[in-house]
Amino acid sequence: MTFKRHIGQLPIIPPDAKEHNVVCQFCIVGCGYHAYTWDINEQGATAPSQNKFGVDLAKQQEAMTPNWYAPAMYNIVKQDGKDVNVVIKPDPACSVNSGLGSIRGARMAEMSYSEARSTQQQRLTEPMIWRYGQMQPTSWDDALDLVARVTAAVVADQGEDALFVSAFDHGGAGGGYENTWGTGKLYFGAMKIKNIRIHNRPAYNSEVHATRDMGVGELNNCYEDAELADTIVAIGTNALETQTNYFLNHWIPNLRGASVDKKEKLMPDEPHAAARIIIVDPRRTVTVNACEVEAGKENVLHLALNSGADLALFNALFTYIADKGWVQKDFIEKSTLRTAANRPPLYPARGDSPAMPGHLTSFEGAVEGCRTSIEDAAKITGLSPNDIVKAAEWIAMPKEGGKRRRVMFGYEKGLIWGNDNYRTNGALVNIALATGNVGQLGGGVVRLGGHQEGYVRPDYPGPRPAPYVDQLLIDGKGAVHHIWGCDHYKTTLNADQFKQAYKRRTDKVKDAMSAVSYGDRKATVDAIVAAIKAGGLFAVDVDLVPTKIGQACHVWLPAATSGEMNLTSMNGERRLRLTERYMDPPGQAMADCLIAARLANNLERVFREMGKTDLADKFKGFDWKTEEDAFMDGYHKHAKGGEFVTYDRLRAMGTNGVQEPATGFQDGKIVGTKRLYTNGVFSTEDGKARFMDAPWRGFEAPGKEEESKKFAFLINNGRANRVWQSAYLDQQEELVMNRWPYPFIQMNPEDMKDLGVSAGDLVEVFNDNGATQAMAYPTPSARRKQTFMLFAFPTGVQGNVVSPGVNELIIPNYKQSWANIRKLASAPGAARATSFKSWEFSA
Amino acid sequence: MEERTSRCDRKVEIGRRKFLSGAGIAAAGAAAASVVPQRSKAAPQLARVAYPSNRLANIQQLKSNEPLAVAYPDDNAPGVLIKLGTRVPGGVGPDGDIVGFTTVCPHKGFPLSYNVSDKTLNCPGHYSRFDCENGGQQIWGQATANLPQYQLRIDAKGDIYAEGIDELLYGRLSNVLEG
Repeated sequence: MTFKRHIGQLPIIPPDAKEHNVVCQFCIVGCGYHAYTWDINEQGATAPSQNKFGVDLAKQQEAMTPNWYAPAMYNIVKQDGKDVNVVIKPDPACSVNSGLGSIRGARMAEMSYSEARSTQQQRLTEPMIWRYGQMQPTSWDDALDLVARVTAAVVADQGEDALFVSAFDHGGAGGGYENTWGTGKLYFGAMKIKNIRIHNRPAYNSEVHATRDMGVGELNNCYEDAELADTIVAIGTNALETQTNYFLNHWIPNLRGASVDKKEKLMPDEPHAAARIIIVDPRRTVTVNACEVEAGKENVLHLALNSGADLALFNALFTYIADKGWVQKDFIEKSTLRTAANRPPLYPARGDSPAMPGHLTSFEGAVEGCRTSIEDAAKITGLSPNDIVKAAEWIAMPKEGGKRRRVMFGYEKGLIWGNDNYRTNGALVNIALATGNVGQLGGGVVRLGGHQEGYVRPDYPGPRPAPYVDQLLIDGKGAVHHIWGCDHYKTTLNADQFKQAYKRRTDKVKDAMSAVSYGDRKATVDAIVAAIKAGGLFAVDVDLVPTKIGQACHVWLPAATSGEMNLTSMNGERRLRLTERYMDPPGQAMADCLIAARLANNLERVFREMGKTDLADKFKGFDWKTEEDAFMDGYHKHAKGGEFVTYDRLRAMGTNGVQEPATGFQDGKIVGTKRLYTNGVFSTEDGKARFMDAPWRGFEAPGKEEESKKFAFLINNGRANRVWQSAYLDQQEELVMNRWPYPFIQMNPEDMKDLGVSAGDLVEVFNDNGATQAMAYPTPSARRKQTFMLFAFPTGVQGNVVSPGVNELIIPNYKQSWANIRKLASAPGAARATSFKSWEFSA
Repeated sequence: MEERTSRCDRKVEIGRRKFLSGAGIAAAGAAAASVVPQRSKAAPQLARVAYPSNRLANIQQLKSNEPLAVAYPDDNAPGVLIKLGTRVPGGVGPDGDIVGFTTVCPHKGFPLSYNVSDKTLNCPGHYSRFDCENGGQQIWGQATANLPQYQLRIDAKGDIYAEGIDELLYGRLSNVLEG
């Protein structure tokens, strides 16, 4: 049966309800919301004077009304220890979303911890510890003492390289400037931890080293640019599902022609029309469909290229555009490096070094190095030569009157988790630089983003390329593992192998702990240290909920999330906002920054007890009492422009906040930066952007070429609209699990017929790396032998079949995975309750 | 997906116009009327909304896979009755195939239109799709609820009554409005 709440009415927000600024805690877009809270025993009424909206709620409200909220936007939560009603609804005055709420963000209230309404009862409420053969609640003092003693013993004995860390580096839930600073100061300030990895990849690296090396920070435009562009180029992004309200509120108006007036006003000296869009994606997505619906098929060019062939496409476009002379000579002259360095000796197979897998050069050097004919690109990509030429024309052919075409290039995981990340990223930025589309209205070459950002930390002390942490753990390296908001079991590559090794190693420590009396602290620590010496691993998991990797851990520490703490983040146009605390964290849960501080305090104490004063002294400076203390110590002191930013000032800036970097404080407002690089000065030492000589070299990650030949199906993978990240909250949400009890795998119906698989059947996806399961979803628009599986889902982990192959910079290559498929079972009960119709809207 | 009949369109269109005309009239006049905050009074309330039992149509009016525009629980709440032609969960009638849904999208209140080729209700606002053969399950979309469905009863004369709704309707904080 389809899930229904059987809710026919909701409490009405009274006029005196408290209003808190909230930014959606999930995706990069960061939609503005308000949380309204009021006493549990009070409610407003329909008369205008008796509700927050000042309107007659006894009347039906119109479409897009701000005067309504869905049941998913309501809950009962604790605030200062008392039950209160809460409504979290989108803010019509926020320029990001203009009142729109996605199926993820508009469920924030329902996805909050509520004792009264039994929502998110999975949340961790107390520290938990492995005791007498199972996880048991304990006090913060006890848990932190054990973690500090084991960590200190290992660091004192083996050095800091024996402490492995997995830590989020993002904004929004489980992140934010407060918490990245808290963990960053602990691991990169007090200690110098090299063996650390990020939530979605097995090393500490950028997802976009190339654009940064070229001097172009990856979030360089503003959302308004999508309204101003002549052409939008979307690469490896399914923006309707993964940057939903950015797409709906800023791309669609341009595709409909609704922003032409704005274009004419802001850019009066050139012709304007509704935008066209080029979408580079092997899969036909709902984004492609929506663009066709709004702009007409003739204005949508879907380049459904062979998986992983983007680099060849970009090089052909760059070559064609350069040969036509459709480039911005003045910009190239003034703002880019004009002298080409010699190619490194092993080029093109190898870059300048493993740290530099490409070759930075001048425009002319790049044109020579990247030269690719339309015909060669057509062969590699499987695209028609005409479509490649058409794309080049849509990007760079001058407009009527010889005016430059304004183009915004947006890319995400299809490129980032794709073949030859470094050079592909570089080749795309080449096109944007050559056509002068950085720092201009309607331009930008930008990551579209996953999470919001919230990064301020001391510099990473490790090398580039960074250590391949997950592989080192498999290989038996590391003694203690601190995990912050990461779940490798769901979100790593080679996940089957990782889980097997990780369980073996952590079980050794569990068995050792079970063999001594827990109350004897010295005996417990000695037993753990001895098990570590025998190849064991002591694992500490800081998270909101019990995770899959948590099953292997020895200590769980309960963290607070956005809204349970004050939390700052910035979105994909660098828009910084403060989400105000509107509810209590569950039980004894604490903000990560404060957990980090208390861990630092305990490490200092233990090192002092051990007589290691020099080590103990490194942990000074963690006397924070609140997340605001961490913000002032971190962002305010260390972020660019941070000196202008305080909580009070951000609170006054509401859900529109300020775009980073802040440059001043005037008339009671923080002054920000709408677009980067408007002055043509880039983020390099000499201020000149670089082009990249980035020739095609086939499947770059080891083993991918062989895998593509050996197995029948491409297992493309990624996100779905309804699910946030690894479903860590959604796994307890009936609206989600009723629809996706298992991860879907979209398959061509003919392929399903060949395999004897029907809609909803569970299939096994298997290759030499491992195996996983998924629910077959017949998808006529899917190309033969090309599937798409939901990534990082708890009831079927796609990462099990992703090979360990990474690029030189240890960037995983999730997208290019191939496997065989066989039927496991006919549709189980949960799958029989789901619909298997097309996702595509038709008017 | 292009095989929608124009008649169906017209029927749904009527509901759409009705909805739009009834909506969005800001209640400035009513604002002056009330001054006493209700929250200071103790008033016994029902735990559930009391739904009217409204006759929406007779079974004879339904043709297979042709939506009939209706409204429930009042004229400002447009919806459809559909005889799907196959037995479905929540379906009533001799063939267990008659269902009723709101046609106001639970995401942002845009009017849904019926796609006869795959028996779905579709939203032009943000592309959400609901499966009429599966309890209004949102196949894809931005709504945080599946599509509100009518609880239907058919009497001996074949009159079809709606007697309840299983989710909150868009644009109202009580499915049954006061007055």
